[in-house]
Amino acid sequence: MTPRLALTGITKHYGDVAANEDVTLAVMPGEILAVLGENGAGKSTLMKVVYGVAQPDAGTIAIDGVQIEITSPARARALGIAMVFQHFALFDSLTVAENIALGAPEHPLSKVDERVRELSRRYGLELHPERTVHDLSVGERQRVEILRALMSNPRILILDEPTSVLTPQAVDRLFETLRQLAADGVSVVFISHKLDEIRRLATRCAVMRAGRLVATVDPRGESEAALARLMLGADPPAIAAHDSPPGAVALEVAGLTVHGPERRHWLHDLAFSVRCGEILGIAGVSGNGQSALMASLAGEWKARPDAVRLFGEPVGHLGPAARRARGLRYIPEQRLGHGAVPELSLLDNVVLTGDALHRHGVLQREEATRVAVSVIRAFDVRTEGVGARAASLSGGNLQRFIVGRETLAEPRVLVVDQPTWGVDVGAAVAIRNALIGLRGRGCAIVVVSEEIDELYQLCDRLMVIAKGRLSPVVSAHDIGVDELGRWMAGLWPAGEEARA
Amino acid sequence: MSLALPLALVPRAQPSRALTWLSPVAAAVLTLGAGALLFALMGQDPLQGLRVFLVEPLATQRGWSELALKATPLILCALGLTLCFRANVWNIGAEGQLIAGAIVGGSVALLATSATSRAIVPAILLAAALGGAAWAAITAWLRDRFNANEILVSLMLVYVAQLLLSWLVHGALRDPQGFGFPQSKLFESVARMPIVIAGTRLHIGFPLALAITAAAWWLLARSLIGFQLKVTGLAPLAASYAGFSSRRVLWFVLLSSGALAGVAGGLEATGPVGQLTPTISPGYGFAAIIVAFVGRLHPLGVVAGSLLMALFYIGGELAQSRLGLPSALTGVYQGLLLFFLLMCDTFIAYRLQWRRTARATAA
Amino acid sequence: MESFVALVATTMNAGTPLLLAALGIVISERSGVVNLGIEGMMLVAAVLGFTVVHWTGSYGLGFVAGALAGAALAILFGAMTLGLLTNQFATGLALALFGAGLSAFIGQPLQGLTLPARAHDGIPLLRDIPVLGPALFSHHWLVYGALALAGAVAWFLFRTRGGLVLRAVGESPESAHALGYPVRGIRFAALAFGGACAGLAGAYLSTVYTPLWSEGMAAGRGWIALALVTFATWRPGRVLLGAYLFGGVTMLQFHLQGLGIEVATQLLAMTPYLATIVVLALISRNPRWIRLNMPASLGKPFNPNA
Repeated sequence: MTPRLALTGITKHYGDVAANEDVTLAVMPGEILAVLGENGAGKSTLMKVVYGVAQPDAGTIAIDGVQIEITSPARARALGIAMVFQHFALFDSLTVAENIALGAPEHPLSKVDERVRELSRRYGLELHPERTVHDLSVGERQRVEILRALMSNPRILILDEPTSVLTPQAVDRLFETLRQLAADGVSVVFISHKLDEIRRLATRCAVMRAGRLVATVDPRGESEAALARLMLGADPPAIAAHDSPPGAVALEVAGLTVHGPERRHWLHDLAFSVRCGEILGIAGVSGNGQSALMASLAGEWKARPDAVRLFGEPVGHLGPAARRARGLRYIPEQRLGHGAVPELSLLDNVVLTGDALHRHGVLQREEATRVAVSVIRAFDVRTEGVGARAASLSGGNLQRFIVGRETLAEPRVLVVDQPTWGVDVGAAVAIRNALIGLRGRGCAIVVVSEEIDELYQLCDRLMVIAKGRLSPVVSAHDIGVDELGRWMAGLWPAGEEARA
Repeated sequence: MSLALPLALVPRAQPSRALTWLSPVAAAVLTLGAGALLFALMGQDPLQGLRVFLVEPLATQRGWSELALKATPLILCALGLTLCFRANVWNIGAEGQLIAGAIVGGSVALLATSATSRAIVPAILLAAALGGAAWAAITAWLRDRFNANEILVSLMLVYVAQLLLSWLVHGALRDPQGFGFPQSKLFESVARMPIVIAGTRLHIGFPLALAITAAAWWLLARSLIGFQLKVTGLAPLAASYAGFSSRRVLWFVLLSSGALAGVAGGLEATGPVGQLTPTISPGYGFAAIIVAFVGRLHPLGVVAGSLLMALFYIGGELAQSRLGLPSALTGVYQGLLLFFLLMCDTFIAYRLQWRRTARATAA
Repeated sequence: MESFVALVATTMNAGTPLLLAALGIVISERSGVVNLGIEGMMLVAAVLGFTVVHWTGSYGLGFVAGALAGAALAILFGAMTLGLLTNQFATGLALALFGAGLSAFIGQPLQGLTLPARAHDGIPLLRDIPVLGPALFSHHWLVYGALALAGAVAWFLFRTRGGLVLRAVGESPESAHALGYPVRGIRFAALAFGGACAGLAGAYLSTVYTPLWSEGMAAGRGWIALALVTFATWRPGRVLLGAYLFGGVTMLQFHLQGLGIEVATQLLAMTPYLATIVVLALISRNPRWIRLNMPASLGKPFNPNA
């Protein structure tokens, strides 16, 4: 049988980095192919090539046996390739109908509604056409994306990390839709790094590592450990174990209510506490209030004085510098632009949270240099020197620098948001070990993360944030992934507020 | 309808250091080239035109003193704008702040009689600084309290300041012995700025501007507030993370910038002009915007850029008197310089790359 | 009654250049691009329009020249911001300054010349109605052209696929590009339209409104038009109201003088600028509301090759 899509020898370089190196892959009609790989393995680049957003430096693409060039997204759509993006390509201020109409230039505006209704019935994608996308939930937005992609009757549907923002229940619905599409003869290509989902859904799995295609397997016949080994190239590194009783209450949140500029910034009467020598993890799909909680803990957003207490002292009304002076430090999710200034040097970036590095309004450069050098050395940051611009560091190195900057200040409370997002394996291990070491020295740590495995590795206790509310707190040993997933959808036992 | 050009702009991994400083030079050269073309189009010998424009002003010592004199208000305004633009506060109303400074400084100067002591000179400058700062404070308050866009507000205030000056020199400040012309009395000589080089018009404003340049350099490189304003301009989220007050930065840069522009206005009024007239400034406040960009928002660059811009001003005047060309030539040159600078600046962050049209097939 | 007629008539006249420029800005800003150089484009179009009418006697040609000049400058702006990815704000400022300088340069020999004053045709039949006739129906054709343009822009934006695509590009050029739309081409077209409108406004100023050339004669109308579009949240209907309101404010000084109120001309001349500041302050108080109504990508650069 002729492959619907055949990629041969696809190579794409960005400067010195080989994003894709000699990738040869075929997709059959009606199959669900998963493309598995870590962050930075080259999956997204390969899909960009197929969708015409990027041009390969070498290699050919053939559809139904005919070699073609995909020079732009318009050409890809004309060839029957449709894509559902990880970060949705939707227009917030326009309605569902308008968004879908934009994805279907061949259909006259008046006929769009009819076709939408037909497609939503067939594939179980319920939607109200007049609603503004701005008001939709993440799961609903994805449905709009998929409907829009389906309007052009694609023969190849590509989905880039479609489940990263969904609750487990929404994932099930999505998988039903995809199975129906495959049954109708559409080739589905599904990019993911979630091993369990790939094993549930895909009939074939292409594993990518460092830009190359390393294996093509049937995921249903492989264990998760085997897939992980293929993806990482080795067994995942072990994390140092732990066992020590927690101490006094270091951070206490009570009655924290926030009404930020958008609904996803709303928090409703949050309450929890963290003790010295323990790590509390907060799980949750992004957009449920994490950024508001982080900003309130760090002092970027002010609250009532006793909404946040540090060692019993009300600090809710204090700013970041005052909280740092009392031993609370924060590592934000976004490295460039929040945790560090990209255009400034590492030396300057050390001064950002280095309150002791200026006296009477004058910067103390020698001392700042000393601190920067010690951070670089202690955390093995690969860089030309303290004068290097923050933007010149790789993600992993910059995260090492920022984590080092905050940890070396020996905080008594550390708040971390997505500690190892977008970071290479080596740096992730180093960072997690640093957090564990900090805990061993009596620091109280709050970790917000979307990586459930990371939370289980690091945390003593867990809770979930959903729609601005907190679940009860449980010990990490006492809750399984399935139940955690239910809690992430807001379905935790009612009537229990998180009080530990 | 997409144009598939064979060349594409791709982002560089690192901004090019070399081009950061080469770009203004390239822009200046391109501007002069365009200027030569302009001369030719107007029936003038381009080399002759360039000579009158560029070389003649620098031929004598007096020429250099005039250059420094013209550069003084530009340096002062552009230093203030450097602080603002670095903090991402787009103060476009330096012209208005300059006029406000001239009005207040000039009003103090008008109080002088032949018996007043020389101490009125620092009083005039202080008053001028306060006048400019007060005018800038309006913009700062509207942005702080109402989140009003500072570009539009500061610009509207320029028109208001111009009308205010016009109203005053037609009325309250008009010289009763002036035959009805809209201008103030000539200032007493004690209220005029002291001259530093005998035989020229160059007054203390120039050394003052240079001293302030050094202070501005120190502020940006070594002080906490300088660091705070840089971070606020580059990454507002990081500034919030650090706990820097964006309000404090806003007020600091606008008040400083207003004060500097005000001093520039006071110096112009009590220096070369000697009285208050409706046209106290040939657009120095706007030219300073261009100077700030050309000078890479760096105090030393600002001085160089001011000298270049001053050259354009003087060259334009000479071109009018010698070659009969419209004096508005200066404005054209200034605009061209900024255009060319923006175009050359593109290559600091981006480079050209040939788009592959042929695809190599896999072996 | 006299003064009512005069008030309405002068308001419509004064509001027309603001309306024309602002409608052009609505389209170009809806595509996500901020062109601050409107003032410069109006001035260049004014001096060129005046020159053409002065030499050829044809007002039609004058308007065409003005519109073409505006469009050409807007395309230059587009080449820099969309092609070379220069900063939109700085480039717009550069255009404003350059336009001011260029227009002063070209217009220097024309300073002080005037065109013969002409009576306007107005709309036949309607202009003969007592009171309403001279107030509403006796103006230059471009006054009615501007009103028609307002309706056309509204219809285009909200009732056609083209308008939907334009709004999508302004909301998220990345998404529009991913869907296969030619973002740069659309933005170029939007800018050119904006430039042509600013050009028409400029030519109107120097050939109809005050038929003379004087350096800087736009007197900030380009900037006011920019502010106006923000007040009106990028909707043509509100732009129309705002343009006439500000036109009325500009005329206020003359009407107050006519009523015998003694205030210095310069102070009265400040009213449009002060009014702009006041409205700007009131509108901007709620940043969330502006963000909700604003084309989301306004002012941000977009590079399809990144």
